[in-house]
Amino acid sequence: MADFGGTDLEAFRGEVRTWVEANFPAALKGKNPMQVEERNTPTPDMEAWRKAVGSKGWGTPTWPKEYGGGGLSSAEARVVQGEFARARAYNPIGGMGVMMFGPTLLEYGTEAQKQEHIPPICRGEIAWCQGFSEPGAGSDLAGLQTKAEDKGDHFVINGQKIWTSGAQWADWCFCLVRTDTSKKHEGISFVLFTMHQKGVETRPIPLIAGSSPFCEVFLTDALADKKNLVGPLNGGWTIAKRLLQHERSGLTGAGGGLGSGGKPIEQLAKEYVGVDEEGRIADSDLRTRLINNVMNMRAFQQTAVRAMVEARGNASPGNTTSIMKNAGTSLIQERHEMALEIMGHQGLGWEGDDFSAEELGAVRGWLFGKAFTIFGGSSEVQSNIVSKRILGLPDLTQSK
Amino acid sequence: MAVLTEEQSMLRDAAKSWVQEKSPVTAFRKMRDSGAELGYDVAAWNEMAEMGWAGVIIPEEYGGSDFGYLSLGLVLEETGRTLTASPLLASALGGASAIILGGSDAQKSAWLSKIAEGAAIATLAVDEGPHHRPDKVATTVSGGKLSGKKTFVLEGMAANVFVVSAVSGGAVELYLVAADAPGVTRTKLNLADSRGAANVSFDNVAVSDADKLTGGAALLEKTLDRARAGISAEMLGAAVQAFEVTLDYLKTRVQFGQVIGSFQALQHRAAKMFTELELSRSAVEAALTAIDNDAPDVPELVSLAKAKMGDTFHLVSNEMVQMHGGIGMTDAHDAGFYLKRARAAEAAFGNQAFHRDRYARIQGY
Repeated sequence: MADFGGTDLEAFRGEVRTWVEANFPAALKGKNPMQVEERNTPTPDMEAWRKAVGSKGWGTPTWPKEYGGGGLSSAEARVVQGEFARARAYNPIGGMGVMMFGPTLLEYGTEAQKQEHIPPICRGEIAWCQGFSEPGAGSDLAGLQTKAEDKGDHFVINGQKIWTSGAQWADWCFCLVRTDTSKKHEGISFVLFTMHQKGVETRPIPLIAGSSPFCEVFLTDALADKKNLVGPLNGGWTIAKRLLQHERSGLTGAGGGLGSGGKPIEQLAKEYVGVDEEGRIADSDLRTRLINNVMNMRAFQQTAVRAMVEARGNASPGNTTSIMKNAGTSLIQERHEMALEIMGHQGLGWEGDDFSAEELGAVRGWLFGKAFTIFGGSSEVQSNIVSKRILGLPDLTQSK
Repeated sequence: MAVLTEEQSMLRDAAKSWVQEKSPVTAFRKMRDSGAELGYDVAAWNEMAEMGWAGVIIPEEYGGSDFGYLSLGLVLEETGRTLTASPLLASALGGASAIILGGSDAQKSAWLSKIAEGAAIATLAVDEGPHHRPDKVATTVSGGKLSGKKTFVLEGMAANVFVVSAVSGGAVELYLVAADAPGVTRTKLNLADSRGAANVSFDNVAVSDADKLTGGAALLEKTLDRARAGISAEMLGAAVQAFEVTLDYLKTRVQFGQVIGSFQALQHRAAKMFTELELSRSAVEAALTAIDNDAPDVPELVSLAKAKMGDTFHLVSNEMVQMHGGIGMTDAHDAGFYLKRARAAEAAFGNQAFHRDRYARIQGY
């Protein structure tokens, strides 16, 4: 890794370390309050840390400085990441604005749109939500029907969105709307509007795992300024596809544990199932399946590293993200299933003091984990994309 | 594909074009049909050696290029694509590794230059039954005599020298035993994959301390890990080729008035194979790189690579036959070659079950 060495980088590391020591509130050490609910009621420490990181642009380290980003090289960004991890500090700048919308707007937005919308994302001031799926447009996203009527300097939007994560806390929405009913893909536009308006109503959706960040969003004569049309009229599908690539690459990042702070699965198995005289997990059938999962997870992580090294200098996610999403999400689901099996009846508690937090977490994690292979493009849609875009096989779904 | 140095890129490109021109699968078929005694084409092997491939991991002072294991893996991947049969794995990687890692100056002088030239074939003789169990060694050295039977010795008929595991004074040691030493007899094995292999028996073969390599059981494991990573690279090439040939068939075979690759049932299986190949490539390259860096986690990374690659080659070789349908069942088609090679390579130096168990033991569960 040639770009790791330089003395400039070491000097930068020192600078970051000093800054983190001076600015990161000790009370937040080891915590990650980036869950949407907690983020919505921040403590003074959380606010201070968000503002400090936001003013440096280090929450979005590689984004251009002129829009409030860090303006760092990817090597420098890794230094920042490393120093945050070393101090057990979380990145307080996150959400869909950072993960999906920002990178897409930087690519497709006008200068004025970037000036207006990117800096608040870098400062962590504005929460964005994604108005894509509809009751009748899931895997076949381009079948969406939410209609935007051209009223001169603005659009009037009517329709319903669903599975909109964090809509009840969001300030703004990036939304796909139909602006031409005579064509399918070429009749879709990409617009931005504020959630704080009369025509927008949100309703949270309870899931099999309990409460969830997912919402229904009802749009009744909601308004979007014309200046917030991103890309050309009826040219939204191209932008949406790009944004979905960012979404997929974000969704596959899930690591080795079951969740934040969870024990490694092999440790759980040793505790709940016991070990034989050689120290092996006593249930040999479980052990084999568990080893398989652990090894596949490692190969998955090796692939993520390889993709990063190979893409040096070309940071945008490519077609490989489609492989990564299926590989990663299926392994995590398998791991959730195994955790339940390992815990036995203790792994089936819904609530109450008879179960540890870890046990209760395992149940909810298992149930919520079923969404991983559905949202962000289901496994089946991902496989369609791989076979069409990477392998060059004929397309039967006309999914573009 | 790992990020390569200029030398590595050149080496890979040279291997790629030589394999395409001089050693396509038809060359393997011809070798098989001829019933070649050694299980490879000697003229082709000489050409490979002339290009320096037999010396890729051998130090320069012994006539090698010392390019390392990732580099040799690149060549093996290319030769693996067309199932090129040669002692590259057994000798230039396996046998050479044992001598580089555990040989005295005299042993290195005696063998490494010849191995680098392709003039001598060295090979590991470590297995004693139908399964790879390198820690269970019944072969013994007692009173200066080595006795025992070794099974499934790769390129065993061509070998000039065997690296033999044997128990001496209660510990596993490795000995260099010349193939023409009195008491050595070998039997050619006719295996499904048509590659060179032999059972070798050692009957009171005279050995001395000068024949012993230094390092014992640890040297054996270290050597085996190199061979395991090397064969994984070969398997990667073969599996990628099997997949590409199959993908091509999906795009050309017409049934029900359309190419069969337009059927989603086949598309998703193709996407699965592609995914597994990408994951396997990562594991194989990581293992080879770890060996070059002498990283502490070589054993687990190698077991990961061999297990993952074994599963993937298994899958792809089965799908190659299935997706080709009837034509894939015929001997005239290459699919059978890949299927047979897959199982032989899976079994060599520990199959998936062996390496899964080993990985978990290393990690303490």
